[in-house]
Amino acid sequence: MTTDAAAAPKIRIVLAKLGLDGHDRGIKVVARILRDAGMEVIYLGLRQTTDSIVDAAEQEDADAIGLSMHNAGHLTLAPAMMTALHAADLDIPLIVGGIVPDADIAALEAAGVAAILGPGAPAEDVVAAVRAAINP
Amino acid sequence: MSIGNLDFDELVAAARGGNRRAIGRLITMVERGASEADQVTDATHSHTTGAHIVGITGAPGAGKSTLTGQLTRLLPQLGRRPAVLAVDPSSPLTGGAILGDRVRMDGMAGEDVFIRSVATRGHAGGLALSVPGCVRVFDAMGFDPVLIETVGVGQVEVDVVGAADTTVVVVNPGWGDAVQANKAGLLEVADVFVINKADRPGATDTRRDLELMLDLSHVSGQEDAAGYRPPILMTTATDGTGVHQLWDAVLAHHHHLVSTGQLAARRISRLRYEVTNRVEMAFQSRIQQAAHHLELDPGQSPTRLAHDLAQQIGTISKSARGDA
Repeated sequence: MTTDAAAAPKIRIVLAKLGLDGHDRGIKVVARILRDAGMEVIYLGLRQTTDSIVDAAEQEDADAIGLSMHNAGHLTLAPAMMTALHAADLDIPLIVGGIVPDADIAALEAAGVAAILGPGAPAEDVVAAVRAAINP
Repeated sequence: MSIGNLDFDELVAAARGGNRRAIGRLITMVERGASEADQVTDATHSHTTGAHIVGITGAPGAGKSTLTGQLTRLLPQLGRRPAVLAVDPSSPLTGGAILGDRVRMDGMAGEDVFIRSVATRGHAGGLALSVPGCVRVFDAMGFDPVLIETVGVGQVEVDVVGAADTTVVVVNPGWGDAVQANKAGLLEVADVFVINKADRPGATDTRRDLELMLDLSHVSGQEDAAGYRPPILMTTATDGTGVHQLWDAVLAHHHHLVSTGQLAARRISRLRYEVTNRVEMAFQSRIQQAAHHLELDPGQSPTRLAHDLAQQIGTISKSARGDA
């Protein structure tokens, strides 16, 4: 472990639910997957705002932000998060997981979302997507 | 302001100017350890002003994070500028961690509060090795007090005492009995006791057990040696009941330390502890490397091997000193 810790900087990722979407089962599974991949997950939980997420990402010096969305708000919330990150000059990738219809993926990518993970994405894909978003 | 292309001196200047990303990055460097951490330590230690360092410890689920969150709400109202180091455990298997303390502090922290989650990264004892360095960054950036919330501890993880001026031990109603209360370890190191979730049944029994334990400290002379009897506070962290009184008790302990000269003594022993720790870590990695290269078979004597290895390490460190 000590050698592992010394070898590569730890990945630190902030995970949150933005807005009033209360479905947090998926994000808890993702937190566990990323923990088991050796990452440090700063878990913010439910009912966060773009400001509270930016604050946490700054203080935690996070390498990435992961948002879980299950209430069809992604076309509003993900771009709002990107705007907040730009406003704070916070140049770290945003990853969105949850229920995102295929038809909306292009719009989210155009807004600057680094990766989009759908339901049933295998653990390896989740981990690989986070790693790739941080070190493209 | 983006901090990506700042050099180190610019980063320190930005942090001292209040840039939160820059402060966050300095703490990351402390966490990474080795020369990066040393660089930050060298740049920050001359700027420290002696912030009051308060450790908050107790069993998992005792309410440490929620209490800490309430303190971060109260303190700015009292004109203070608190920072929090919230420590959670790293997995011994994968090195990963879920740092969930912010969930409990959610919606409580004021504008100017800085909260940083820290994983233990393989260190036992209830804290991370980087804690003294992180505290130093906060102190140098003008935060005071610095609250250190430990991982959920059992009976013997008392590292926090070596890191804090004032140690708050959080227990809950029904947590044990008079025998538990007199066991060595965690309860011995408290400067302030908190019975959190005091709205639950059994709070007065727990208070009585703690008072009896403290009475015995009086009988055995432990209390007289310290000239101080730890107070017992009752709180309900979820609604903030008793939190202001808790802070008053923490301040009273600080005044006691200052007026008796113990604060200076604690800080000297803290420095000694940190220096010892650093050297131990340096040797530990050397020992591990050297042990890794031993050719072993099960028939060999462990005492003999340990003796030879110790000799070898001694030689290595002498030659390292010679090189420098």
